[in-house]
Amino acid sequence: MTAKRRHSAKRRRGSDIPEIVARMLAEHDGAHGAIMAVLADVQSEYGYLPEEALRAVADQTGRSLVDIYGVATFYRSFSLKPRGKHVISVCVGTACHVRGARMIVEELERRLGIKAGETTPDGECSLEAVNCLGACALGPIVVVDGRYFSNVDTAKVKGILKDIRPKLARAQKPAEAVPAK
Amino acid sequence: MVNLTINGLRVSIEEGTTVLEAARFLGIPIPTLCYNEGLSPYGACRLCVVEIGEGPRAKLVTSCTYPAEEGLKVRTASERVLRARRMIIELLLASCPQSKTIQDLAAAHGVRRQRFRQEYEDCILCGLCVRMCSEQMMAKAIGFRGRGEKRSVGTPFDIQSDVCRLCGGCMYICPACELRCTYNEPEKAVCGACANLQPPCIEKDEFNDMMCYMDPCVACETKKD
Amino acid sequence: MQKLNSIEHFEALQGRLVGQRDSDRPALVIPAGTCGRASGAEELIGAARAALNGQRTNVRLRVTGCHGFCQMEPSVLVEPDRIFYPKVDPKDVARIIDAAVRGEVVEDMLFKHPKTGSPIPTQDELPFYARQVRTVLSRNEWVDPTDIETYIEIGGYSAMAKVLERGEPTWILNEVKTSGLRGRGGAGFPTGLKWEMLAAQPSGRGKFLVCNADEGDPGAYMDRSVLEGNPHAIIEGMLIGARATGATEGIVYIRNEYPLAIEHLTVALGQARQTGLLGESILGTGFSFDISMVKGAGAFVCGEETALIQSIEGKMGEPRQRPPFPIQKGIEGKPTAINNVETWANIPVIIERGARTFAKLGTKNSSGTKIFSLVGKIRNTGLVEVPMGMTIGEMVREIGGGPADGSPIKAVQTGGPSGGCIPADRFDLPINYDSLAEAGSIMGSGGMIVMDEKTCMVDVAKYFMNFLKDESCGKCFSCRKGTQRMYEILEDISEGKGTREDLGLLEELARVVKDTTMCGLGQTASNPVLSTLRYFRDEYLEHIDSKRCPAGVCKALITFSINENCTGCGACARACPEGAIRGAKKERHVINPAKCIKCGACRSACKFDAVVVT
Repeated sequence: MTAKRRHSAKRRRGSDIPEIVARMLAEHDGAHGAIMAVLADVQSEYGYLPEEALRAVADQTGRSLVDIYGVATFYRSFSLKPRGKHVISVCVGTACHVRGARMIVEELERRLGIKAGETTPDGECSLEAVNCLGACALGPIVVVDGRYFSNVDTAKVKGILKDIRPKLARAQKPAEAVPAK
Repeated sequence: MVNLTINGLRVSIEEGTTVLEAARFLGIPIPTLCYNEGLSPYGACRLCVVEIGEGPRAKLVTSCTYPAEEGLKVRTASERVLRARRMIIELLLASCPQSKTIQDLAAAHGVRRQRFRQEYEDCILCGLCVRMCSEQMMAKAIGFRGRGEKRSVGTPFDIQSDVCRLCGGCMYICPACELRCTYNEPEKAVCGACANLQPPCIEKDEFNDMMCYMDPCVACETKKD
Repeated sequence: MQKLNSIEHFEALQGRLVGQRDSDRPALVIPAGTCGRASGAEELIGAARAALNGQRTNVRLRVTGCHGFCQMEPSVLVEPDRIFYPKVDPKDVARIIDAAVRGEVVEDMLFKHPKTGSPIPTQDELPFYARQVRTVLSRNEWVDPTDIETYIEIGGYSAMAKVLERGEPTWILNEVKTSGLRGRGGAGFPTGLKWEMLAAQPSGRGKFLVCNADEGDPGAYMDRSVLEGNPHAIIEGMLIGARATGATEGIVYIRNEYPLAIEHLTVALGQARQTGLLGESILGTGFSFDISMVKGAGAFVCGEETALIQSIEGKMGEPRQRPPFPIQKGIEGKPTAINNVETWANIPVIIERGARTFAKLGTKNSSGTKIFSLVGKIRNTGLVEVPMGMTIGEMVREIGGGPADGSPIKAVQTGGPSGGCIPADRFDLPINYDSLAEAGSIMGSGGMIVMDEKTCMVDVAKYFMNFLKDESCGKCFSCRKGTQRMYEILEDISEGKGTREDLGLLEELARVVKDTTMCGLGQTASNPVLSTLRYFRDEYLEHIDSKRCPAGVCKALITFSINENCTGCGACARACPEGAIRGAKKERHVINPAKCIKCGACRSACKFDAVVVT
């Protein structure tokens, strides 16, 4: 996903959440697909869907918590856990796949020490395999924080990671996630 | 009134009846797993499929959800239907072999083996517990979450529900006994009924001596280690 | 932006814009869709702007959506002669401007014919473009998606004005039916018939028109390029549809992975409302219709129409049983018709040119043109629009330019995860709904993935099954477990653990999944498996009997080694993450099979073709 994320300068206090959700609901009041839109706004605001926000959406819309939780866990764009500071997306669409995208995912998994869909323990990087970014002519594609790298192969992965994890890029062997000091 | 034909037999029933209800009215057996008369039909298990239509346009549909239509021609035990049912039972055995309900189905349909990687799950995601909780008990304490392979049933955030009234209906209705006793994790317990038992089945070793009213559930035994 | 109060007012504006057009004035047109931007189009645009500001010329700059030849981006198209410059470096843009002013071309920057090397100056002569009939996509070249007037200038919204003037919906319905337009999203249902059914529904509580912009097929991005490059085409199409069917509200369901398309559509909707072409009493005629947007959140299944409806209603994207069909009970239980982006984009064309003219293109049962995304192991990757009936071979050889890197083409995969593969010996097949279905595939949304000898068909089936088991909503037991188990069998086969019985089981399971699942996802999930088994059974057998992967893809069955081309440069050893390569300088290096994880880094790093896979 390449949509820009608003990074809050400071983490919002928990008690703000119901008010923020109320504001978002009011913005989309009466619109079709309001639930999807509000969840997308929450995801955008916090980088994930906090439990309190989902409870607030259920309370304020009169939908059962079970239903809202179901929607939150059904769609891949929504995450119940905070994403890393840097999001690395590898396109695994068919065109990129036949050009070797799988090997790039595996190389990144090795170097970051996590599996696709996970975040490094220090909260720095999230790795995700996404289905078709629609730039098939340039595949395989890796997107880091909205920046596109095209025609990637396993040898280039090191260079891509260099911008965000200099220590990792120097490692020859599979690295453990570097704990933040 | 709507007129349709099931296995060559003509039946006339009220509009709004499903093909399954019409077949049962005639006494024609169709196996089901996720269907319960007191709950809305869902169509998850696919066991109740029947063949409708003719020629190249014939297709299989779930009889529990398909509405009876004027002039519909239904076959409940054609080759295609039987092949489908046997494969579905095979898949059920491959996931949930310890369920007596599924074992009975296998015996009834002559399925003696399954050819996939064996799993030991206690849920087939039929949704009976969800519908029980929502429609009968009006509680909506549990629901589906996730998608595809990762779909499961549970409470939001996997913590004890504050709308669950500990009725035990979900366990009662489960064909695979999914909501087994979570005795050793009381904060996750859905019903906490264990805590009221004499003696409570906290110690697995004393299982043989206790009176557990969750009789058909063998999940405790399977997860011994 | 002035609000237009009447059809005459609109026609006057259009007349003025057309009158102001100076066909001789040179212009630089730079495609800047998502793929253009990923190739550096923004930098190019910046350089062009800077160069134009610095000079006193009358050369204009127009930033548009995708033109289709993505392989060659960032590119520049120079009007009025339509000179094409591929892969332009921002440093060179000044030279293009100079030449444009003088009415000349920059010879060394032109596209060169891959075989003869001779330059081909104009876009329409390029082999990639020459055989296309770009009914829909050509508009991307003329329109600035953020400026509604560029759309009106080329005739945009005239079809809608025509429809408003004529009055009767039955005329519109007849036109669409006569055109023979079939849904471009995949199923190919006749659009006119769908609209007729919607029109026949009682209108008391309102009716919905939906544009399905969820484009989930990996490898397909034609809808994205239409939405980014010409969003007004969709708006106009839906307005005409509303007039024909009595629909009261429109919704565009668009996947959130397309931020630029969302942005441009938002701008377009705003400008259409401001101009009085959308909303209350359009052009003062009393006809009202508005369109809102709902964004998807990453679920392929939501491209299925009943799952899409569920999603709009704020629920999990679980498809619904049909009957009742969305036409009768759709969003909020109201009559709803859902059409694909490309279908909507064809509507203004049909009304403008007339149904019979439209139906002259294509074949009897598949009229008009279709946009395909020609991607994969092919030289010229991009979006192509061709009349239905062109053969696969023609598309792959003439337009696609043949194989990308010398390895012969083995098959094309059409229809995404719901489709199948067509082998090279059937490339004389004409592309239309019926012929593709008969061959075991489907048209789908138009993805055409080219595969060569280095593509393993077992791996392809495994890839699609992996995708489907993740994207399945999970409700139907047969789909959820069926896709999972099919994947497991394919995994076993790709690891050399498969048996002949497994093949039989795979086929049996594939048939049951197809038969017993409720929605289109599950019903077509077996297609990739069944079609690869049909045409490439020998590859499966080789994996099973000989434990070999002839294409050199399945990791468990291949070995990496270094041959005599090795110069001992050591690049491979440095690239290897496991330290599995040893060798002295200038001497042939050796890969230790015990440590090799087959990641392919050495092969990418080697400049001498010394790494071989067996």
